[in-house]
Amino acid sequence: MIPLSAYVALSAILFMTGLLGVLIRRNFIVVLMSVEIMLNAANINLVAFSHYLDSMAGQLAALFIIAIAAGEAAVGLAIIIVVFRGQLATNVDQINLLKW
Amino acid sequence: MIYLLFGYFAIVSIVAGVCTIALRNPVHCGLSLLVLLLHVAGLFVLLNAEFLFAVQIIVYAGAILVLYLFVLMLLNLKSEEQYLHRTYPYVIFAGVAILGELLIVILQTPYGGAKGEATPEVVLTVGQSHAVGITMFSDYLLLFEIVGVFLLGAIIGAVVLAKTPKPTDQPKTDLPI
Repeated sequence: MIPLSAYVALSAILFMTGLLGVLIRRNFIVVLMSVEIMLNAANINLVAFSHYLDSMAGQLAALFIIAIAAGEAAVGLAIIIVVFRGQLATNVDQINLLKW
Repeated sequence: MIYLLFGYFAIVSIVAGVCTIALRNPVHCGLSLLVLLLHVAGLFVLLNAEFLFAVQIIVYAGAILVLYLFVLMLLNLKSEEQYLHRTYPYVIFAGVAILGELLIVILQTPYGGAKGEATPEVVLTVGQSHAVGITMFSDYLLLFEIVGVFLLGAIIGAVVLAKTPKPTDQPKTDLPI
């Protein structure tokens, strides 16, 4: 039986990887991918606690998180397309106008 | 055996995650993310969550990641020389320090709590998807409906945002009538 702390530690490592990706990358699309890594880390945590505490609630929360991630990806990528069309830039530090 | 599988899935998912944020070409980042998602799906199998395993592969790897790669191909990005922010060594140092403290706390914590009713025997008698479905449509029905409305809003928002803007109304006079 794998200890629960192994799953929680793995989840923490993956979450920190995603957070670093959000902070250091310049490309907007890769920043969104890093957000997906963070959501996956949260999913591992929820499912692990659900398994070790004999409850279904964690798996349901993970399922809803996947649905939210799908919505986030769709809207985020649409925003990227709009910005790219107007400014020809996908780097987060070049997107500094509220309106153009 | 289960230790071996867990070690494999854990190590490969961490390596793929680091590759996702460290590789220069965004398409390679997307493919590393695919590896990460598949191995997280394997972890779900180890945790007796077969339904989530299927959802992870179908929705994440099949839909969301294809959307990312589609947009990457559509925008035709070049991989740039400077793909990280200039302050990245400080950020990585702070992140690794915080992660070390977190891991110390996590590995020392005794985990416990009130157990629920969904023991593996109970779940096995009805089947995993059935158990998930029963819980979703009884205790979490309101959340399910809210997620449906949220997805509808996301679809409409994405379509409205990404729609090609109409060319400003210049009357087309050269059309043969």
